[in-house]
Amino acid sequence: MDARNPDSVAETPFTTPTGPILAPAAGSFSLSPINRRRWENFKRNRRGYAALWIFMVLFVISLFAEFIANDKPLYLRFDGKSYFPAFITYADTEFGEKGDPNLMGTAADFRDDPYIRELIAKKDGWMIWPPIPFRYDTRISNPPSAFPSKPTWALSAEDCEKAAKGGFAKCGEADYNWLGTDQQGRDVVARVIYGFRLSVLFGLALTLVSSIIGVVAGAVQGYFGGWIDLMFQRVIEIWTAIPELYVLLILSRVLTPGFFVLLGILLLFSWVRLVGLVRAEFLRGRNFEYIQAARALGVSNVRIMFRHLLPNAMVATMTFLPFILSGSVMTLTALDFLGLGLPPGSPSLGELLGEGKENTTAPWLGLSGFFTVAIMLSLLIFIGEAVRDAFDPRKAFR
Amino acid sequence: MSETSTPLLSVRDLSVKFCQGRSETLAVDRISFDIRKGETVALVGESGSGKSCAALSVMRLLPYPIAQHPCGQVIFKGQDLIALPESGMRRVRGDDISIIFQEPMTSLNPLHTIEKQIGEILAIHRGITGPAARKRIIELLTEVGIPEPETRLGSYPHQLSGGQRQRVMIALALANEPDLLIADEPTTALDVTVQAQILKLLKDLQGRLGMAMLFITHDLGIVRKVADKVCVMTQGKIVEQGPVEQVYTNPQHPYTRQLLGAEPKKDPAPLNPDAPIMVQTDDLKVWFPVKRGVLRHTIGHIKAVDGVSIALRKGETLGVVGESGSGKTTLGLAILRLISSDGPIVFMGNQLQGLRFKAMRPFRHNMQIVFQDPYGSLSPRMSVEDIVEEGLLVHHPDMPREEREQRVIRALTVVGLEPATRFRYPHEFSGGQRQRIAMARVAVLQPTFVVLDEPTSALDMLIQSQIVALLRDLQRQHDLTYMFISHDLKVVAALASRLMVMRHGKVVEEGAAADLFAAPKTEYTRALFAAAFNLETAATGVVSE
Repeated sequence: MDARNPDSVAETPFTTPTGPILAPAAGSFSLSPINRRRWENFKRNRRGYAALWIFMVLFVISLFAEFIANDKPLYLRFDGKSYFPAFITYADTEFGEKGDPNLMGTAADFRDDPYIRELIAKKDGWMIWPPIPFRYDTRISNPPSAFPSKPTWALSAEDCEKAAKGGFAKCGEADYNWLGTDQQGRDVVARVIYGFRLSVLFGLALTLVSSIIGVVAGAVQGYFGGWIDLMFQRVIEIWTAIPELYVLLILSRVLTPGFFVLLGILLLFSWVRLVGLVRAEFLRGRNFEYIQAARALGVSNVRIMFRHLLPNAMVATMTFLPFILSGSVMTLTALDFLGLGLPPGSPSLGELLGEGKENTTAPWLGLSGFFTVAIMLSLLIFIGEAVRDAFDPRKAFR
Repeated sequence: MSETSTPLLSVRDLSVKFCQGRSETLAVDRISFDIRKGETVALVGESGSGKSCAALSVMRLLPYPIAQHPCGQVIFKGQDLIALPESGMRRVRGDDISIIFQEPMTSLNPLHTIEKQIGEILAIHRGITGPAARKRIIELLTEVGIPEPETRLGSYPHQLSGGQRQRVMIALALANEPDLLIADEPTTALDVTVQAQILKLLKDLQGRLGMAMLFITHDLGIVRKVADKVCVMTQGKIVEQGPVEQVYTNPQHPYTRQLLGAEPKKDPAPLNPDAPIMVQTDDLKVWFPVKRGVLRHTIGHIKAVDGVSIALRKGETLGVVGESGSGKTTLGLAILRLISSDGPIVFMGNQLQGLRFKAMRPFRHNMQIVFQDPYGSLSPRMSVEDIVEEGLLVHHPDMPREEREQRVIRALTVVGLEPATRFRYPHEFSGGQRQRIAMARVAVLQPTFVVLDEPTSALDMLIQSQIVALLRDLQRQHDLTYMFISHDLKVVAALASRLMVMRHGKVVEEGAAADLFAAPKTEYTRALFAAAFNLETAATGVVSE
C-alpha cells in the first residue's frame, strides 16, 4: 500500500524565493533544499501566499507612514537650498529676514501657518507634500463641520450649505479627508495607517518575547519532568488563576502606560499560553528512540532540547502563533478601547473604535476601525495557517 | 478438500485502487485465487505488496470511497460480496467470515471486559444474551486455551498478556463458527514461543471446526507450517500460486526464488579468545523500585536486569536472546549508561559506572546503538545529513564543514545509500533504508562497539538479510564488536559468535553460539529454539503463555 517509492520522488525545480519567509529556518539560515521545499509548500497554499503579499505590502507601506501621511512636506526648495522638513525640524527663523518680529524661533509649521507659506512663496520656494498631508496627531484647522466631520467625498450639498452658514470652511477649500476626522479633528486615514503599524509591531514584539519565554519554560518542564515540572506547573496554575483583566486594569492605572510598559504588563500573562503545549510535546518526545539515539551519541541536554525536540514541537507552536499574535493585537486594542492602553494621542485603533462607539452618528469612525482590525487579523490567520502547513513534512507530497 | 467441489471463496480479477486527490495508487492488481472448505491459503509477500489490502477487501473493510474496486468479484457461497449492499455485508462479517488482526494490543477495546466484547458479537448475529451467552463465552475461552475462563470473564484487555489477548481475539472471531477465518499476520507481534502456541491453536481449531482460513504473513516458515496453498504477492500482483510443497520445492517465479533464498546466511564472526576484552560487566543490576502508599516507600523491585555478567572480546558478536520482557534491551541500554544501573561496567579498560553525563561523552564516540524501530529512531524533522552529522558535531566540534560533509557522504556510501539522499527527510525512505540511515549515524563516528537492539525485527525478510549482510561487512571491515539483541533466533544464528539466553532479567544459559545451538542445556533454551526454528510448542510451564 505504501506506493511512495522514495527513489521516485521527483525533485521539483525550485525557483529562487523572492519574498521574505515568515517561517524561520530551523538550524541554518542559508536556504537549504529543505527550507526551499517549505517555501514551495507555503506558496502552494494560495490563500496564505496572497495574504502574505497583501500583509507585507500593507506593513511595508505602514512602516513608511511618515512618507505617506505627514503634516510636514517631504521636500522643500527654498532660496536655492534643499530642506527635508519631514525628517529634520527647522526653526521658522530660517525662512525669514533676521529680526522679523513675527518669527519666534519655534519649529516652522508649513501646513497651517500662512505667514511661513507666504515667506516661502515670496522666494519662489516649493514643497513636495506626502499624499495625505496629516500626521496621526494633526488637528484639522479648517473642517467643513464640527468634529467629527464626514469624509469629504460624502459631503452633500446640504452639508456644504450648513458649513457656509456655520462659519466652517467652504466645501472646495476644506482639507480632503478620505475617511473623515475623529472627534478631536484628526484625519482617520492617517490614524489608521499609523495605528496599523503600531498594532502589528506591538503584536509581533509581544508574540516573539512571549513565545521565547513560553517555549523555553515548556521545554525545560517537559524535558526534565519530575520535580521541576511539578513545581513549575503549580506556579503556572496559580498564576493563570489570577484574573488577568483586573490585574491589567490595575497595573495600567498605576504605571504610566507606554509601548514598553504595556508590552511588559501583557507579557506577564501571555507567556503562559504556549507552555502547556510545548511541555506536552516535550513530554511525549523525550522518550522517542531518536532522543535515546542522540543521548547515546553524547549530545548535551540543551542541544537535544533545541535541536531534536523543538523542531518537532514547532508545528504545535506554529499552530498557536498566529492566534497569539492576533490575540496580542486584540488585547492592545481592547485596552485602548477602554482608555487604559497607550497614552492619549497615540495612533491606536482601539481609541478609534471607542470613538466610533461614542459617535454613532459618525459611522465612518466605527467602520474604519472595524475593517482595519478585521482585515489585519484575517490576514495574519491566513498566513499562520499556511506557515503551519508548510512546516508539516508529511504534507509535502500530497 | 476435494478438488472438484466448488470453492467456498473465489476471488476473481480483484483490483483495489486508492484515490487521494488526483493521485491514484493501484494497491492490488487483478488477483485471483480460490479457497475451498477446510483449506488454508496463505498470502505471502513483503510489506506494501498488497496482501493485507487484498484480505481486507474480501470483507470490504477498506476505507471507502478512498479505496475502490475498478474490477473483480469476490464470490462467497455463490454471492458476489463486492456487489452486496452494506447491510447484507454486515450480516456476513463476524458471522460467515471473521478476521484476526496483527496487533492484539490495539484490536481489543481497552474499556470493555472480555465477556462484553465476545457477548456483543453473539448478540448481534445470533441474538444470544444472558446466561446462554455466558455459557457460550466460557466454552469459547476454553476452546482457545485460556486457563480458568470463568474468572477471566470480567478481565479487561490490559490484564492479559499479548498471547492471551490474541487468544481472546481468536475466540471473538470463532464466536459464530465462521466458514472462513482471515488471519492478518496474527503472530507477527508476538514472541516466538507464543507464536508457536497460537499457530498450533489455529491449526487445531481449524481441524475441529472445518473452517477455511486465509492466512496473511511475510514469514515463509509459518506458511510452510500452516498452509495448504500459497499465493506469492509482490507489487499488488500474485506472481505465483500453488500447493505449498510444489512452490517450495520448485519455485517458478524469480521473486519467489528470491524470497525463498532470503534467509540470512549463517556466517558468524569467529570467536576470539586472545583478543582484548571490550566490554565487561559484573553482576549488573537494573532494578526499578515499586512504590506504594502516601509516603511512597519502596515495597519491592521490578528486576529488569538481575545480576548479569558478560565479557565480550574485540571482534566478537554477542547474541542476546529471550522473550519480550526478559531484560535484553534494558541490559543494552544499561551498558551504554543510558539508564542507571548497579555494578561495574568496564569498557576498554575504563570503569564507566558512576561517570556523569559529561564524563561519559568521550566514550560515546566508541560505543553506539542501533534501535529496533527505524520509524522512531530518526527525528522526522531533521534531514538525513543533520541526523548523520550529529555525532561529528558533538565529538569533533572543530571539524570544518567540508570535511564533515565528506564524512557524512562516506558513511552513507558505506551503508549503501546515495550521497544525494542526505538532503531528504526520513519519511521519504522505506524501513530498510531508514535502518541504513540509523547505521550511517553510527558508522560516521567509527565506533568500536555497537549495541544492535533488534535492528531487523521491523523489516521484511528480504531487507532483513540485506541488513544482516551489511552488518557483517561493517564488522569485517572495521573489526567491530557487536552486542546483538534479538528475539529472532534465525538472525542471531547468522551473526552471533557467542550467545546468551535471558529470562526474567537473569542469564539462563551462555556460551559459544555454535555449541549452544547444537546442544542447548536447559529446557527453556530448547523450547525457545524449537519454537523459533520449527514453530513447535513446548510442554506447558517452560515458556510464558
